[in-house]
Amino acid sequence: MSWSGRTITEMAAGLRDGTATAPELLADAQAAIGAAAQRVGAYLALTPERAAAQAEAAQQRLQTNPATASPLCGIPVAIKDVLCVEGVATTAGSRILEGWKPPYTATVVERLEALGAVVVGKTNCDEFAMGSSNENSAYRNVGNPWDVARVPGGSSGGSAAAVAAGTVPYSLGSDTGGSIRQPAALCGIVGFKPTYGRVSRYGLIAFASSLDQVGPFAHTVEDAALVYEAIAGVDPRDSTSQPVAVESAATEMRSGVEGMRLGIPKEYFGPGLDSAVRERIEAAITVLQGLGASVEEVSLPTTDAALATYYIIAPAECSSNLARMDGVRFGLRVPKSSLTDMYMQTRGSGFGAEVKRRIMLGTYALSSGYYDAYYLKAQQVRTLIAHEFSQAFEQVDALICPTSPTVAFPLGDRSDPLAMYACDVMTIPVNLAGLPGISVPCGFVDDLPVGLQVIGPRFQDARVFRIAHAYEQATEWHLKRAPLAGAAA
Amino acid sequence: MSFDVDHVAMLARLGLSADEKERLGAQLGAILEAIGTLSKVDTSHLPPTAQVGNLVNVWREDVAVASLPLDKAIGGAPEREGHHFTVGAIQE
Repeated sequence: MSWSGRTITEMAAGLRDGTATAPELLADAQAAIGAAAQRVGAYLALTPERAAAQAEAAQQRLQTNPATASPLCGIPVAIKDVLCVEGVATTAGSRILEGWKPPYTATVVERLEALGAVVVGKTNCDEFAMGSSNENSAYRNVGNPWDVARVPGGSSGGSAAAVAAGTVPYSLGSDTGGSIRQPAALCGIVGFKPTYGRVSRYGLIAFASSLDQVGPFAHTVEDAALVYEAIAGVDPRDSTSQPVAVESAATEMRSGVEGMRLGIPKEYFGPGLDSAVRERIEAAITVLQGLGASVEEVSLPTTDAALATYYIIAPAECSSNLARMDGVRFGLRVPKSSLTDMYMQTRGSGFGAEVKRRIMLGTYALSSGYYDAYYLKAQQVRTLIAHEFSQAFEQVDALICPTSPTVAFPLGDRSDPLAMYACDVMTIPVNLAGLPGISVPCGFVDDLPVGLQVIGPRFQDARVFRIAHAYEQATEWHLKRAPLAGAAA
Repeated sequence: MSFDVDHVAMLARLGLSADEKERLGAQLGAILEAIGTLSKVDTSHLPPTAQVGNLVNVWREDVAVASLPLDKAIGGAPEREGHHFTVGAIQE
């Protein structure tokens, strides 16, 4: 029997009742990775030797101290290739970092490894986490395990596909405008973006620093909560990480939704929403009502402006952050006799089309004469968007809406940048306001998964898990596995 | 909307081919037009939000702590001499 497609909780039980060992779980993960490599392509690098040593050490720990070992001890995990792991090639999906090996490890990875996690490899993603389909990876496309001719979503498409294809029970991604929640929705799994500042960004290759957060993908809300608890908490190496105690999300989530007030933001149900997706979301709302939650309509009037706000702020921050990719201290260098030519040619040949578009857009928005009209204006609208969420949370405990306006679309379907940007219209406002958000499976349209998004107030991460868990436990969508998940069995 | 691709590419130190310039010019013009809708939002009394964390002046104790060893920190440099990064001529 293969453990492919099983949850963290199931594997942790197996490690304790003797039906599994950490090296066996690793072997099953590697077999599943091999079986899905061609059609899914979720991984950019595998770390077999490192993983074997970690699995051996975890097994020792489980044998000596089974009671105190973390539920993550001995469990395989995949890491998005924007997170640094010391000595392991880290590319951020870009040619400009091809072959680069970071001299240090991201805090989130360090925390998982300290608990006995077994890192199997680095996952494919859109270049520098910019994209919604994983098609901006400089290396290869990722196939959605539900239909490999379709995109897995992005930018953490590899991390989502790695879980959906049953190669690992959980993975880490990063979410700047929806890059965890949207691929989770399109791949039929759970994806969680924490409150901004909950999780350390140290060792996360920066895209837009005021928006980026690291979070988990998993098959169940409980598994995602376990991983969240393991990676959250203040880190002296990230000055934006919050010195606020991390709640026990995995315990609190069991309290149910009886008596909770849920808001339905009417602007998220406009003409851009696919009608079949809308039906699935409405059915999910009915399930939550059946569990004792009350539902009322709320309004977030500036939702329409969120996309434009994001496409000024995120490119502005990225143009500044990516200035460090200059061929001097690390990464690619195209040798030229003058320094300016070296910069221009290195960056011109190292970056792909979408990254270039965003650097240009951000540079323009920050340039003399345009700063007030674009960047300052966007920052003011950001204030308005965050304020509207705060007002809504005076009325309701959380918001319920779709994660993505459509299901997974065919590879190559959206060549117009503006059409691609519209994928994240329901996730972007959450990043602008720094809120916690989760996507949980809520059904299928033409055999393709649909995700339900739950949004909470700042630092109410546990409440988001609680609502998602109540919904999940009342339905069976989280038990469905992609056709490819059984490939290794 | 027009977009001075050459000027912005120089500011960004981004080498672009003639094809890329043409394509980017058209795409960025369309994107700017789409995001130009922001000007319609009334923000007259609103302060800007640069970050949502509300943390200010986050300092650590002024105590020396171990940092990345020099060799490790600069080990990824494409070209170096001893503990220095080397680059081409800064002034012609």
